[in-house]
Amino acid sequence: MRGDAGFPVRIRFAKRGKVRFISHRDVARAFERAFRIEQLPLAFTQGFAPRPKVSFGLALSVGHESDAEYLDVQLVDEVPLDSLARRVSDALPVGIDVSGTVALADRAPALQEAVTSVAYRITVTGPDDEHVGADELGVAVDQALARPSLPVTRTRKGHEVTEDLRSIVRTMAVTDADDLGPVLDLELSTQPRGTRPAEVLTAIDGNLVDRRVLRTKQWIERGGARLEPLEADARSRVLEARAS
Amino acid sequence: MSSLWPRIEPLLARVEKPARYIGMERGAAAPAHRPGDASWLLVYPDTYEVGLPNQGLQILYEILNERDDAAAERAYAPWVDLEAELRSHRVPLFSVETHRPAGDFDVIAFNLSAELVYTNVLNCLDLAGVPVRSERRAADAPLVVAGGHCAFNPEPMADFVDAFVIGDGEEAVGEMSDVIGAWKRAGRTNREGVLRELATIPGVYVPALYDVEYDGPFIREVRPRFDEVPARVDKRTVADLAEWPYPKQQLVPLVEVVHDRLNVEIFRGCTRGCRFCQAGMITRPVRERPEEQVRTMVQDGLRRTGYDEVALTSLSSADFSGVDGLVADLVNEQEGSGCVSLSLPSLRVDAFTVGIASEIQKVRRTGLTFAPEGGTWRIRQVLNKLITEDDLYAAVDGAYSQGWRRVKLYFLAGVPTEMDEDTRGIAELARNVVKIGRKYTKQASCTASVGGFVPKPHTPFQWFGQNSVDELERKIGLLRGAVRKSGVQLRWHDPAATFVEGIASRGDRRVGRVIERVWREGGTFQEWSERFELGRWLDAMAAEGLDADWYVTRHRTADEVLPWDHISAGLHRDFLWQDWQAALHEHGLPDCRWTPCYDCGVCTDYALEHVVASPVAPAGGSQGTGQDLSRGGDTPVEFLGVREKASSGAR
Repeated sequence: MRGDAGFPVRIRFAKRGKVRFISHRDVARAFERAFRIEQLPLAFTQGFAPRPKVSFGLALSVGHESDAEYLDVQLVDEVPLDSLARRVSDALPVGIDVSGTVALADRAPALQEAVTSVAYRITVTGPDDEHVGADELGVAVDQALARPSLPVTRTRKGHEVTEDLRSIVRTMAVTDADDLGPVLDLELSTQPRGTRPAEVLTAIDGNLVDRRVLRTKQWIERGGARLEPLEADARSRVLEARAS
Repeated sequence: MSSLWPRIEPLLARVEKPARYIGMERGAAAPAHRPGDASWLLVYPDTYEVGLPNQGLQILYEILNERDDAAAERAYAPWVDLEAELRSHRVPLFSVETHRPAGDFDVIAFNLSAELVYTNVLNCLDLAGVPVRSERRAADAPLVVAGGHCAFNPEPMADFVDAFVIGDGEEAVGEMSDVIGAWKRAGRTNREGVLRELATIPGVYVPALYDVEYDGPFIREVRPRFDEVPARVDKRTVADLAEWPYPKQQLVPLVEVVHDRLNVEIFRGCTRGCRFCQAGMITRPVRERPEEQVRTMVQDGLRRTGYDEVALTSLSSADFSGVDGLVADLVNEQEGSGCVSLSLPSLRVDAFTVGIASEIQKVRRTGLTFAPEGGTWRIRQVLNKLITEDDLYAAVDGAYSQGWRRVKLYFLAGVPTEMDEDTRGIAELARNVVKIGRKYTKQASCTASVGGFVPKPHTPFQWFGQNSVDELERKIGLLRGAVRKSGVQLRWHDPAATFVEGIASRGDRRVGRVIERVWREGGTFQEWSERFELGRWLDAMAAEGLDADWYVTRHRTADEVLPWDHISAGLHRDFLWQDWQAALHEHGLPDCRWTPCYDCGVCTDYALEHVVASPVAPAGGSQGTGQDLSRGGDTPVEFLGVREKASSGAR
């Protein structure tokens, strides 16, 4: 993507509803097909098996929803951005909707490296949808934040590894409740490494389940500023798509 | 009818590949289910990834949903993890579109593409809450229907299926839907009435309306129980493919599936006459789709789906009239529009084919597949797979010389008259192929893929006693020894699975009890090697008092009543027997689409004709020319790619 002539575009999209059960790779394929259906002037990689030049941000776990997914696509010609969100959304599966577009500066850093933190909103239950009290959870969350470390142990390549998540968790608070239980908002660092919300819950209490997960934001921190990825390397005005 | 989604959704978090169960494909219908509509649940009894691409199911799905008095949805066999969740939470089998309970549909219709899925059919019915045995079903239970190639011997599944459709379903499905809609609007009460009415539709077989009389282990007679029920059920055949340009809205799945590409059927039927090939025998005559329609379907399909690959499908795609011109045009048309690739599955073995392949795979020449099927010319005459060694070697030489590095060869083991010399011939051919390749590249490799032969109903080999598991294993052993240190990779199909396919392939109604027993013991997904167990089948055969060898390895005689004799693919029994005798005498039979009719029975009985744009065979080898096949090899070999280069200079 970097250093190419042409028309790089950054797209923000949501992944909501049944379609949350498809994988990151499936989402990528769905976008490639949508771009073909809309006959966008895609740039292709060189080599034996040319692929469209599309690069995605951080993977979203299967089953999680999101309002803040991003991808960069390299086009060879300029396309009108005001209709792009609608066109691509129409060609995408139900539940994947483009919510914003921007013409990207040349040599913009890749999403994977640029994004520094992500925010989640999760509904917390016990095993088998057992109800967890909001107050009870609030106390556990505050206690966890007060601790100097939040260790979790996981098996990696057959070895038990203990990691401390405390430095990854930036903020965490019970903010709401839905039909299944209390809703926890949290923001997690992604650099130098990140973690999944389920790991954070495990570090708080091994019985907590992330029954619903919605990624609400991604952030790029650069030179003291905190930027939404569409704004970070824009070379045009950010176009917000109207909700369908 | 209500959606089960709120109950299914929490279960999906606990299973692998949950996207198998959400539907949402581009092209999927959102059926309204108006009161009085005949509602069909079309089930492919295997995983979503295997079942979704099935073109037969997609064609019927569209045809039904285009009607204003029917609605069709789809379901696939839930994998064992979801099955356990469904059972423990008492959630029934559901459709993927609206997640309705399977038991709420008027018809549950199965595609039977392979014998090893039979136990999955029972499992799906059970998960739907429908009794697996037809006789146990309440008057208002959904009707259980099945079609597909395996329906040509419906008997092993006769106890479980209310009505089979034999042959092409495009027309029959509408006629059935009329009858089923009327049954529904009358309150779904008179089950025998609707079944008797369905039995009067040509191509529909209702097994409960037939009595089977035995004579010891043999069948004496299969007799209809009512006057209006036909003594012989003839297959349905769509005379002109041009009238059925389906699927118009091929489904585009959200997850990766097998054959994940646009598929355009360019012709149906094949008269190459390979004697082992049931598909070629039961789909006669050849019906080509008009070239113009193929082009339109390719263009519209790519535009609509966003796929970057299109396959031109048939039983032998290089036989399509003018295929070279069509392929050249499609490749040129797509060149400007974003890297679309073209593929032609089921290619025959000759230089013409390599020429087409070189046209298609201009850059990435990795692997090319041929199916000589037999290791010696003698056995290929028995099989009527009339490829000379010179043809094969010329094709392979062409492939390696034009940049391909890997050649894959398909063979059958355990075919009639096979001797060890023929088996070893497989290794010899493959070794010679490697030698040819090494002339061009050190990396040349050849994979020989060997399948155990299962005799199929309605073929000249239907009388042949299949090889035992031991015999097939011995032959594989011979081959393993013969390819050692030769650069040939040998792959083979599990002889135990081949044996069980043999039980079901030529089984009779009594085999149904075995299928039920295997299913009750937990034997689902039997075509998945990790789930297959020969012992389960042998135990079930023994428990039901049936002799597996009697069904599988025994040669049948001319006078034996075969379990499928009351089902007709249009092929005269005399023709099949003569062709069987010709096979034993190593006599080949030419392709009747380009040579005079030998009256197999299909065209004459059903008043059909081949629909073929070109009256002459394609050039390029013994298989194409209809020339003196016993000599072979003297046909001038011409490469499409090379010829173009010569006329247009460097490319």
